[in-house]
Amino acid sequence: MQWFLDASTTGHKFALMGFAILLFAAVMGALLFAVDRPRRVPNWVVAAGFLGPTLLLLLVGLVYPALATVRGSFYGRDGSEFVGLDNYATVFTEDNFQTVLLNTALWVVLVPLVTTGLGLVYAYLVDRTRFESLAKALVFLPMAISMVGASVIWKFVYEYRPDQPGVRQIGLLNQLLVLVGIEPQQFLLNAPSNTFYLIVVMIWIQAGFAMTVLSAAIKAIPDDVIEAARLDGVSGLQMFRYVTVPSIRPALVVVLTTVAIVTLKVFDVVRTMTGGQFGTSVVANEFYVQAFRQFNFGLGAALAVLLFVLVIPIVVYNVRQLRLAEEIR
Amino acid sequence: MTTTTPVIAPAPPEERKLGRAERRAVAAKTKLSSPAASAIALLIAVLWTVPTLGLFVTSFRPELDIRRSGWWTALSDPQFTVDNYNEVLYGGGTNFATLFVNSLVITLPAVVIPITLALLAAYAFAWIDFPGRNILFVAVFALQVVPIQVTLIPLLSIYVDTGLAGSFWTIWLSHSIFALPLAVFLLHNFMKEIPASLVEAARMDGAGHVKIFFQVLLPLLTPAIAAFGVFQFLWVWNDLLVALTFAGGAPDVVPLTVRVAELAGTRGSDWYLLAAGAFVSIVLPLAVFLGLQRYFVRGLLAGSVKG
Repeated sequence: MQWFLDASTTGHKFALMGFAILLFAAVMGALLFAVDRPRRVPNWVVAAGFLGPTLLLLLVGLVYPALATVRGSFYGRDGSEFVGLDNYATVFTEDNFQTVLLNTALWVVLVPLVTTGLGLVYAYLVDRTRFESLAKALVFLPMAISMVGASVIWKFVYEYRPDQPGVRQIGLLNQLLVLVGIEPQQFLLNAPSNTFYLIVVMIWIQAGFAMTVLSAAIKAIPDDVIEAARLDGVSGLQMFRYVTVPSIRPALVVVLTTVAIVTLKVFDVVRTMTGGQFGTSVVANEFYVQAFRQFNFGLGAALAVLLFVLVIPIVVYNVRQLRLAEEIR
Repeated sequence: MTTTTPVIAPAPPEERKLGRAERRAVAAKTKLSSPAASAIALLIAVLWTVPTLGLFVTSFRPELDIRRSGWWTALSDPQFTVDNYNEVLYGGGTNFATLFVNSLVITLPAVVIPITLALLAAYAFAWIDFPGRNILFVAVFALQVVPIQVTLIPLLSIYVDTGLAGSFWTIWLSHSIFALPLAVFLLHNFMKEIPASLVEAARMDGAGHVKIFFQVLLPLLTPAIAAFGVFQFLWVWNDLLVALTFAGGAPDVVPLTVRVAELAGTRGSDWYLLAAGAFVSIVLPLAVFLGLQRYFVRGLLAGSVKG
């Protein structure tokens, strides 16, 4: 039994991996064989064979845990004592949580707006130029890099060395400051501006997504619309403002809401760059700290439920906008 | 979203001489001919490239140089070494080679399992008629809303109770579960695009659902599978939250991301280690991404815009 749980050598790990995949294939194969064998089986039996494993996993791994978390948010640290709304009261009234909520609001407003704006402008500017594919690849690349990797990359940009004779800056941003005669800054330590420097990293990661989707939307604008506008003498900024942007409005909504949801849930950047110290924590990071560092399960559950509740209106808005767009079409 | 539909508008005769691409090219030329526009595009391109370049150059510089001068000095005075990579991959304190194996062992099943399950589920939703189909599909679709944070505490206690905690199984299972709602939805969309007549014809020939699934649909779905595969590969390889929660304390299981994040906290000024370590963790997803970019973009557009 132990062989299947603890793998410490490379060979053992790969063997275990192969075993897991084979086991999975065997179980699925047997299941499909069973539902396919008898002639004239009712449809729902076949459907159960195809769907069963997925539904079972979703019930055990998503639905039950989500309900248990909602319940846990009304209980104390270790889940044994009912405390009513105390955990939520803590989140909304204690001073350090006020900072967390404020930071989260800043993230959720700034990241989608700036990301979408930059992605839109860039997609519009490089659209159908000679360098289009190279230009897009450059902005797209951060999407392949983990948020942890991106955080390390930017931590190095923000790196600070004391301002003393003989000490040279090794962070790019502080070097630029020194070049123009400003004292180097501890970008990640000084609240509240440090939150903005973290937000920059998230924008850097997400811009490629915004650009790709918006670029596809811009390319889908029918030629005759652009042609008609041009014959009317519309050009340059006016074209962008009155033709391009209104034509791709549904795509803009999708990008804004998708980035907002991702931003709300993300904790990698904060955790890697500051660990949530120096007044930079956000709800997603505070959830991890409370649940798995402080072992305050009740408070952690309340923060997770808060995330859940915050995501819902964004999704509803997104779905409604998509419906509207379809009705117009 | 609408796909580009060819517009057969009666264009004026002299317009016909210019093809669609050419006319667009003329438009683009006027667009970028403004110096301000090119300057903005160039600035964005530089801002999105230089930070990565900086850390990449740093990862090949000698430890002492990294501490004494900025990476840009290496452009005029190139001094490069692979010592940092040797240290980070095989050094006792970091041992990233082992972590690379862990990441790989975590990722492959966490890509294969949810895609297989989702394909079967998507097939049932698309081509098998059974009572309650629509309600179930909407329910699965709606589960996309659930943030994984909401599930972590109860899942961890399930894993502890069943004795799985701290093994690869917890991570394989968790990633498979979290991927399913989106995967089912996406693959269902692709599956619906396949003409019903193909499926009907196979049914007329007496093929059962299993045969139709494997012999008719699967070959046609290869691009969709590749699209979601790249997506899921990047998601799992780059994940921090799931790995940290379920394998944070298990050195035989932790993937690269967890250790890189840890290094950034505990040895935040050892840039020779951090730079090389970060690139060890980046190189494989980057290669996959560059190689399969076409599929990735396709998946991205299908997921977000088709909605």
